[in-house]
Amino acid sequence: MATQPATESDFSLDPAAAVAAQEGGAPVEGMGPWELAWRRLKRNRVAMASLAVFFVLVGCCLAAPLYAEHVAGRGPTSTNATGTIQVDGKKTFVVTPDGTPIGPGFRKEYFLGADSLGRDVMVRLLYGGRNSLFVGFMAALITAILAVATGLAAGYFGGWTDRIISNGNDILWSFPVLLFAIALGTALALGGLNIGPISVQGDSLWIPIIIIGVVYIPYFGRPIRGQVLSLREKEFVDAAVAQGMGSTRIMFSEILPNLMSTILVFGTLIIANNILLEAALSFLGAGIQPPEPSWGGLISDGVNQIYTSPHLSLVPGVAIVIAVLSLNVFGDGLRDALDPRAKVRLR
Amino acid sequence: MSTPAPATGIAKGERLLRVEDLEVAFTTEEGVVQAVDGVSFELSAGEVLAVVGESGSGKSVTAMTLMGLTRSSNARFSGTAHYTDQELVNASEDELRRVRGAEIAMIFQDPMTSLNPVLKIGDQIAEQIQEHQALPDAQARELTIELLERVGIPRARDRLDSYPFEFSGGMRQRVMIALALSCDPSVLIADEPTTALDVTIQAQILQRIHELREETGAGVILVTHDLGVVADIADRIAVMYAGRIIEEGTLDQIFYDPQHPYTWGLLGSITRVDKPRPERLPAIRGLPPSLANRPEGCHFRPRCPHEFPKCTEVPPLESRVEGEPNHRDRCWLPVDEKREKREVRPGEIGLPDKEEAPAA
Amino acid sequence: MRFTVRRLLNMLFVLWAVSVLTFLIFMVMPGGGDEQAALRIAGRNANEAQVQTVKKEWGLDDPIYAQYADMMKKVFTGDLISYVNQVNVREEIVRGIPRTASLVIGAGIIWLFFGVVFGVLSAVYAGRFTDRALNVLALVGISLPVFWVGLVLLYYLTDRIALFPPGGYTELGDDPVDWAYHLILPWFALSILFIGFYSRVLRSNVLDISSEDYVRTARAKGLSERRILIRHTLRNALIPIVTLFGLDFGAALGGGAILTESVFGLQGVGQYAAESIGRLDLPPIMGVVLFGAFFIVLLNAIVDILYAFLDPRIRLQ
Repeated sequence: MATQPATESDFSLDPAAAVAAQEGGAPVEGMGPWELAWRRLKRNRVAMASLAVFFVLVGCCLAAPLYAEHVAGRGPTSTNATGTIQVDGKKTFVVTPDGTPIGPGFRKEYFLGADSLGRDVMVRLLYGGRNSLFVGFMAALITAILAVATGLAAGYFGGWTDRIISNGNDILWSFPVLLFAIALGTALALGGLNIGPISVQGDSLWIPIIIIGVVYIPYFGRPIRGQVLSLREKEFVDAAVAQGMGSTRIMFSEILPNLMSTILVFGTLIIANNILLEAALSFLGAGIQPPEPSWGGLISDGVNQIYTSPHLSLVPGVAIVIAVLSLNVFGDGLRDALDPRAKVRLR
Repeated sequence: MSTPAPATGIAKGERLLRVEDLEVAFTTEEGVVQAVDGVSFELSAGEVLAVVGESGSGKSVTAMTLMGLTRSSNARFSGTAHYTDQELVNASEDELRRVRGAEIAMIFQDPMTSLNPVLKIGDQIAEQIQEHQALPDAQARELTIELLERVGIPRARDRLDSYPFEFSGGMRQRVMIALALSCDPSVLIADEPTTALDVTIQAQILQRIHELREETGAGVILVTHDLGVVADIADRIAVMYAGRIIEEGTLDQIFYDPQHPYTWGLLGSITRVDKPRPERLPAIRGLPPSLANRPEGCHFRPRCPHEFPKCTEVPPLESRVEGEPNHRDRCWLPVDEKREKREVRPGEIGLPDKEEAPAA
Repeated sequence: MRFTVRRLLNMLFVLWAVSVLTFLIFMVMPGGGDEQAALRIAGRNANEAQVQTVKKEWGLDDPIYAQYADMMKKVFTGDLISYVNQVNVREEIVRGIPRTASLVIGAGIIWLFFGVVFGVLSAVYAGRFTDRALNVLALVGISLPVFWVGLVLLYYLTDRIALFPPGGYTELGDDPVDWAYHLILPWFALSILFIGFYSRVLRSNVLDISSEDYVRTARAKGLSERRILIRHTLRNALIPIVTLFGLDFGAALGGGAILTESVFGLQGVGQYAAESIGRLDLPPIMGVVLFGAFFIVLLNAIVDILYAFLDPRIRLQ
């Protein structure tokens, strides 16, 4: 009877299976939100291609030592200002006596040409990429960890914790970002960092990593804090509190998982921005210190010869654009895949 | 204007709206969702037609399609809907714009989000008035104040310059009603107007709608999932399930002589305050089907305790009860069997005891 | 009223904190500090005695907080002098302001205009070719390093084809046409990133708001699509853009234009900052940082006030 009191069997825990069983069909497998998102992401061919491009780029840069040894025959810092190589059978100067280095060409040595000291631009590009990508990624990690930690604390605990953290963020953010990064970068590059037990050399890669990592904390931390504020009001938090869960546990096991999609999307963006910021800093001399190559540094090396040997400054920029663009496109795809809102938009 | 005349040129009882075989389908990631599957009904001036169904039954989509609000790049329509002599489903945007607000107006479900948060209430109402009539600002303002008073908003003159967030939910819904009435529409569509409101406010809002119907002679389509709401003010009821109307009749017919097992389920699941508490809350077993993937034939078949082989064919909407041509349903069961099988006894449905329903 | 006072106090606090931080960075970090400063002023070949004299003269052997107080005093009286070339910092900054302002204000107008127009176009034609094309452009735009774009423009448009002047600045008063002519490439280089970013943000806002209930209500009223777009959708969608613009504009004025100025040789405040930092010259650094921070903080406050003005929910609660 349609109006019988409901019985145990009516309240099955798998409604889909129950309905399907009634109709005699196979039950539809339910999928968790992460699986759904992953499926949607895989279907986005542009995003996946973009991710592939980025990985290929990373792969090439990681293979820099292999390239240097087996293809180019020289390292990133080995100069060759007076040497010659064979081009089309003719002996050509790597750097002409009046200072013009050789340009790009299809050959094993100096594939992208040489710089004014006779160094192989391609090799330096790959090694520089290693450095720049490493800095970009590690800095993003630092930003993410600190931003999430402070955002969680500020959003969840509120009160004084929130006030201190938010004010700190405001002060940090009020610093003209670029000036701040440059200032720190220059100052630390000279003398290194010595805080208590931590001692970092001035020309270590960790200096720009820490600086870039710290600079973006407010940018990342504020949206996190905002999300935590609204998540805190949801019922599942009340439920957890009623169960007697401690604050730390609630933050980590209840709230944090809900932040994951924001973290992933923002994280991708931050890595992209870091690569740009590192390039800017290195360009101005406040980032990765020479003689370690970096993409920004390569560009600045070639500035004075922009009209005679444009490839020196233009090529590293292309590498930067490829890296950042592929990350941005992938980030877009990631955001679309994680966004629970349906794509159906009624006019 | 204390007792406005009924909407211009429409006599009571005149047929305002005729919907024929309306179908609405949306293409989504999961496939084609058939939200409305062959819906036909009529609305006359001065009457309240309640469209009842659970979430996903297609009732809101039907209502919004009448005003062209479901048009999008992934929506497909077929069938027709005639408002007097204007066809709506295939009308051009210009034609629809003339009808919207002025002839057919809508009250939406959630008053909290249905008003623009950064514009003043008075401006939002005046905007609609002046879209359809060229009135000087001062006059539009006066008209707005009258409308607000009519729906029961105190100190209307002062509240003209208030923003939506300064009103409570019930007040906002009244503003929505004022907005809907501002151009004297002949048809009022109320899409779950009380769902988002407290029970006490619900009664007031429904009362208002009832009174306004009396005053203006407009026809009202009341979309709801709540039969309790319906029992008070509906003249006729159309019960929808999975995109189809499965039963249609007058208030009395539906409540006292329901013909479709789904309707029995709906009625039977109303708990009564004045009867002893049942051991378990009665419910219709199973779940509504996914609209992308519906059962063959009668959509209710998998959940129906009375199904038999013929139910894999689509039952047409036709009248089965002799002498009641306007009481139609979609169920293959013979009428006498229905009367046997349905366990709904008068007195146990949500209405006070009444004479036995007319015999077959 | 109380709100404004609190805001003002907050601003002052932040500026003070920024000044302290800057001072510490350069005084406490090795490479800076009084020893170095004294050496720099005295010159490379100074002997110990001369360095000591310089220290006394410049108060460099006073305790840190005294030095800080002294420097702050000089900031307000405009007496800040560079350690390296004894030039008055305030004068240098004032000289650079019109250049930086020309660059940033011009670029700001351009990026705001195009960002909004492209964003609205993308949203209105969502899913279609226009939208896709604009999205590609926007993505590329936000992936370009500003200084590299400047170099590319310089190489291709001032050398390969001599369409524009290769950097430099002409006073507005002297020759407005030439002034603009010199600024076109820098304006373009600086705006590209923002245009890309803003058009994406606006597109996203407009699409989100288009599916809001109140837009549906507006449509049900019988309003024309244009009116709905302007009076309802954009009215709401532009609010976050206004605040974003205020913040970005402040940041650009405050030092975000460093790269563009350097590449195009505009000799504005940003370039002055870059040079001073390179020389670890604390007085100009302090001056420039405070200048920048002041604008950022000021614009933050303006943005907050503007937001309250535009969104009645903030204003009246």
